[in-house]
Amino acid sequence: MALLTIIGLDGAVFAAILFLISVGLTLIFGVLRILNVAHGGIYAFGAYMGTYLALGLLGLGYSPYWSYLMLLAGALLVGLTFGPVIERLFLRRIYGQAEAIQLLLTFSIFLILDDLMKLIWGTKPMFVSAPYILLGQFSVAGITYSWYHILLIGLSVAFGGSLMWVVRATRFGKLVVAVIHDREISVAVGINVNRFYTVAFTLGALCAAVGGALIAPTISVVPGFAVDVTVLGFAVIAIGGMGSLEGAALGALIVGLARALAIHLLPELELVAIYLMMVLVLLIRPQGLFGEVELRRI
Amino acid sequence: MGSNRLPLAPLFGAILLVAAPLVVPSWILFILTLALAKFMVVLAVALFLRAGLVSFGHGLFYAVGAYTVGFGVKWAGLRDALLLVPLGILCAAVVAAFVGVVMARYRGVFFAMLNLAFSMILYAALLKLYWVTGGTDGIGVRPPTFLGVMPPRAIARMSYYYFTLMLTGVVIYAVYRFLASPLGFFLKALGENEIRIEYSGESVRRVIYLTYILSGALGGLAGVLVAFTVGHIVPEYAFWIQSGEFVFVALLGGYGSVPGPLVGTIAFEFIRTYASKYAPEAWQMTLGIIMLLTILFRPGGLWTIYEALASRLSRGWRGAESG
Amino acid sequence: MADIEPILQTIDLTRSFDMVKAADAINVTMGHGELVGIVGANGSGKTTFLNLITGYIKPERGRILIMGRDSAGLPPRLIAKRGIARSFQIPQLYTGLSVQENVLLSLAAASGKGLGFWRPLYQGPWVEESLEILDRFGLKGYAERPVGELPEGGRKLLDIALSFALKPRLLLMDEPTSGVSIEDKFQVMDTLVRVLQESDITTIFVEHDMEVVQRYGRRVLVFDNGRVIADGDPASVLADPEVRKAVLGRV
Repeated sequence: MALLTIIGLDGAVFAAILFLISVGLTLIFGVLRILNVAHGGIYAFGAYMGTYLALGLLGLGYSPYWSYLMLLAGALLVGLTFGPVIERLFLRRIYGQAEAIQLLLTFSIFLILDDLMKLIWGTKPMFVSAPYILLGQFSVAGITYSWYHILLIGLSVAFGGSLMWVVRATRFGKLVVAVIHDREISVAVGINVNRFYTVAFTLGALCAAVGGALIAPTISVVPGFAVDVTVLGFAVIAIGGMGSLEGAALGALIVGLARALAIHLLPELELVAIYLMMVLVLLIRPQGLFGEVELRRI
Repeated sequence: MGSNRLPLAPLFGAILLVAAPLVVPSWILFILTLALAKFMVVLAVALFLRAGLVSFGHGLFYAVGAYTVGFGVKWAGLRDALLLVPLGILCAAVVAAFVGVVMARYRGVFFAMLNLAFSMILYAALLKLYWVTGGTDGIGVRPPTFLGVMPPRAIARMSYYYFTLMLTGVVIYAVYRFLASPLGFFLKALGENEIRIEYSGESVRRVIYLTYILSGALGGLAGVLVAFTVGHIVPEYAFWIQSGEFVFVALLGGYGSVPGPLVGTIAFEFIRTYASKYAPEAWQMTLGIIMLLTILFRPGGLWTIYEALASRLSRGWRGAESG
Repeated sequence: MADIEPILQTIDLTRSFDMVKAADAINVTMGHGELVGIVGANGSGKTTFLNLITGYIKPERGRILIMGRDSAGLPPRLIAKRGIARSFQIPQLYTGLSVQENVLLSLAAASGKGLGFWRPLYQGPWVEESLEILDRFGLKGYAERPVGELPEGGRKLLDIALSFALKPRLLLMDEPTSGVSIEDKFQVMDTLVRVLQESDITTIFVEHDMEVVQRYGRRVLVFDNGRVIADGDPASVLADPEVRKAVLGRV
């Protein structure tokens, strides 16, 4: 019973992390129809920037409670810079081109970001523990958890919830859903397509950066963590359905739980389980659990 | 639509490659050997790019080939190149035969992602099952023998180079024949019009499937040869970044031709060597920037630069003749 | 030389889309060597009929017999292997290949060696045959050119030539003259009908242009609301006021 609780808790924490990674990725794919390989890079950049700003402020002697704000500031900085820059300078030039080109473009941006982080912040791990420690800890069946983990779960749910609200209740959100379902609508409705795409991509980038900044206190930020995170994001949205926000949530839950199960029961299978699931879902329902059927019937 | 030009530059290039060991220092020979080996998996990826399909998971076959050598050496005491090469090709082809059944049903981003997923499963297994695979430490591979004979140290590097070059020649020949065959043309055609193919009575799925097996075999061969050349095999051979690199090099060289990937791979390996010497911390960034520039300004790859030059030159000659 | 079985027979062929009967218990029989025109207003079901026969969609009820063999529900690929070829309203061509290569691929597919990977596509007998086919369709001059250089009428002809190269028993043409300029229409049809009749291929063509149907068809089927409302020789069928009302909306 205790084991189940632990698995459940771990699963929920993983799911929260995965959701934050994937929701932006699925949004970008849904609107722009591009698989943003650079997503993990933006995520990691958000983690680095947030940690850096938080550590900086703490170093100046401010109260540790400011660290939360700094994390957010770092994320906003990264998201609001990279979003428009990447979309307008690079993505815009390759809309409608072959898939290979689009994948490679975002892949090259990923590589640049990955090294950029190394160049700016070096290779030593950075760790801002204040936000994590401030909230205190609790124990479940002998395993210690921080309340920050619970905060993470809560924030991620809140994040998802507000995105859902944006999508349902605001004009922009409804446009996003409409464009995801039917690309021609964007032209028919007469919106400024260029600006729409920039905003959509920036929103996705913001999601990534915020996700990274929120995760940062629970790990040490090291070079290379972007790489693992990116492909996990792919797995989650492939499972949940590319372009679906609900799918990102469900996919994150499934993968998070699977990972928790594997870690506690069969640790060697941890990674294999995730990719195996990705394969299975792609086989049975290639558009993912919530995705729209796009394959041409031949 | 083949051209009837005498392929002067490729001929010249071939002569250079054959003469290389007599002219260049040993470390360049190493790079060339590596490039020739990797060219095969880049070519494998390029085949699919012709059909408009991106394989973001060829690391799967590459790693299968390499680890066939690794396991062969570690667990079965096999050392002979003439045994390990066919074995590696066979293992990779078998994997492709299984995975291909599934892959042939997908296109576009799903094709890319599914490929990636399969390769990551192998990566995860190679990483975690460390008591079999050596985990992150990998497996060390000593240079192979040829029919039991170990080449003397003085000419060892040269012999491996010629062995690899010979296999490269075989691969180039085989792929040219493939591309000139009905299957090769159908491969190109399916990127343009699947409907017409199906209504002709041919199965698009079978075209993809058969190509997948060939492509997988090539990837495995590359893995075997790289294992011999580098002497050390790691799980990263199956990692998605490695697969992405193959796709990039295919684009860099130009995937519409057979020499294109060769030019691309050689260029890439030299760039990588120099970058790791002068800017090791920024190798990925260098690669990324080159990729970006290639995509934005020369998506046809280096080979199209050559073709443009060649046609400009030949027009110049014709102009001189008539003028 | 006549076959015992009709080339094509549909029995009670039915298919609906969202409560609308696009094909309503269609019973049609076609014999060897016929030259049949199919007319009807937009939405009358003629394209659905074509799609059902060629396997693009499956029927809800009814049977399709191709030379006596049940073929309902088979995918287009297998229908093609049974001897039914189809051309398209929008020409379906391999745009990156040359005109001759397009034909060569059809020949390769028809020969059963389409997936050969060792012998070249440009094999002696196939090369000769491809040029001969192109010649018959008046396209020989374009053999080595890319498909993009063909004029609109040429693209249509090539599309039909590709289906012809499969050596089918029955060739279905979907609006062969649509998109072709008025001056070229009859030239195109003259070529087509001559080539097809020479090779003794049963031909069905779906057309909007009544003049074309009247001039070239030996039998006409009129579709309306998913049913065949007339079936006979062009002159009498098209003179029928009911038919004219259904197809043209006026008498």
